Amino acid sequence: MSCAYDLKVPISLQNALDLLSDAQSMPLAGGTNLLVEIRSGKERPQRLVALDRIEGLAGIDINSETITIGARATVGDLLRSTELAKAAPSLVKAAGVFAGQMVRNAGTIGGNIACASPAADLVPPLMSLDAQVTLQSSSGSRVVALDEYYQGYKQDVRRPDELVTQISMPRLPDQTHNRFYKLARRRGDAITVVGLAVTLTVSDGVCRKARIAMGAVAPCVIRARNAEALLEGNVFDAAMIETAAAQAAAECAPIDDVRASAQYRRHCVRKLTRRLVAEAWNDLEAKVEADV
Amino acid sequence: MILKRRWKPMCNSKTIRLTINGRKENLFLSPQQTLLQALRDNGHVDVKHGCGKGDCGACAVLVDGLAVDSCLTLAWLCEDKEVTTVAGIGNGTPHPLHVAFRDLGAAQCGFCTPGMIVAAKGLLDDNPNPDDNEIRLALSGNLCRCTGYVKIVEAVQVAARVLREEADLS
Repeated sequence: MSCAYDLKVPISLQNALDLLSDAQSMPLAGGTNLLVEIRSGKERPQRLVALDRIEGLAGIDINSETITIGARATVGDLLRSTELAKAAPSLVKAAGVFAGQMVRNAGTIGGNIACASPAADLVPPLMSLDAQVTLQSSSGSRVVALDEYYQGYKQDVRRPDELVTQISMPRLPDQTHNRFYKLARRRGDAITVVGLAVTLTVSDGVCRKARIAMGAVAPCVIRARNAEALLEGNVFDAAMIETAAAQAAAECAPIDDVRASAQYRRHCVRKLTRRLVAEAWNDLEAKVEADV
Repeated sequence: MILKRRWKPMCNSKTIRLTINGRKENLFLSPQQTLLQALRDNGHVDVKHGCGKGDCGACAVLVDGLAVDSCLTLAWLCEDKEVTTVAGIGNGTPHPLHVAFRDLGAAQCGFCTPGMIVAAKGLLDDNPNPDDNEIRLALSGNLCRCTGYVKIVEAVQVAARVLREEADLS
């Protein structure tokens, strides 16, 4: 670790935001990404502002309308929340396949978003849940929809003086299915080859709302908006699911890397979209039948 | 390589108070020093330095009961916290996890073992009756390059059973 940074440990959010208004400062949450980047020389901050001791930045609050998660909540916190497992199943599924136990206990939801990795495991589920990100700085705060948060490879709309403080999303309506699948070389401690999240709301047999978010197949996590549009307003059948899956594959922009080829990734987007939409649809059908 | 060298305190170093394996210690540390460096430089060499980037889990310790990679934890941030290494599990006598790893031969070169046992302790504190999949999930951040994971998973199962029986008797 050649970079001789100073470390500040503020105990109030205001104090942290004041420290971050200095351009040489960087926020430090779990450190599972930033400390590795510093050690490899990719980041050279003069000062780290640790968020460990700030009260009220790590809560998970679920009411009848909204799910609110403090940015400092760790992946392990998400995994241990039984309420969240019911309210946002895809997010908790992603938390379960996220790195290894020690990284889950340190890495945070805010850090996973702000690192802006295309392979960030929590981002596709959050995007499929219409999550919003609260950015706070010493001069104010703003809320950005997660699907407008990323601008390219490791590029986001966050200014250096801003901190991700909160993630919120609406509660899912009834008759909604929400799924995530992480495809990787092994089941644990692996970087994602394709991460796919699907949220479908159906009433009277018609798809009212569809969200498909794709990770690790474009410079940043993206929605398959055209595939979503094919599903919305329609009655599901096998041919339509197949068309939407092909459309999702057409919308992604994967690259070749050490983990997989672009061609394989695109193929898997199609297969996984088809699988998750079909699974969700079957489950919803079963639910409707059970309700009758 | 620099990580392997004994860390020279810098001008803005300060004394940090923390509890290591039940004993209060005051360590003079720089802000960049990781918990891993702080522990190893102060005699706790049962904590192993593997990859230094959170992939291998050899450096796992419990901080206030949660398993973390000590190579990714800054020592200053552990002020007033309780750190438990593999040697601190069991309060001086062998813990059922230690015994099970030994008896089942769940180690070959042994370098990953301290991290495996710490991660397993983190799991069993949370879930006293895990199935094989839950054990594999909990140990997914720990790499063994010698022998594979079958005996390790078995050892955790055996230790979990012993701990459950102990809890039933008490």
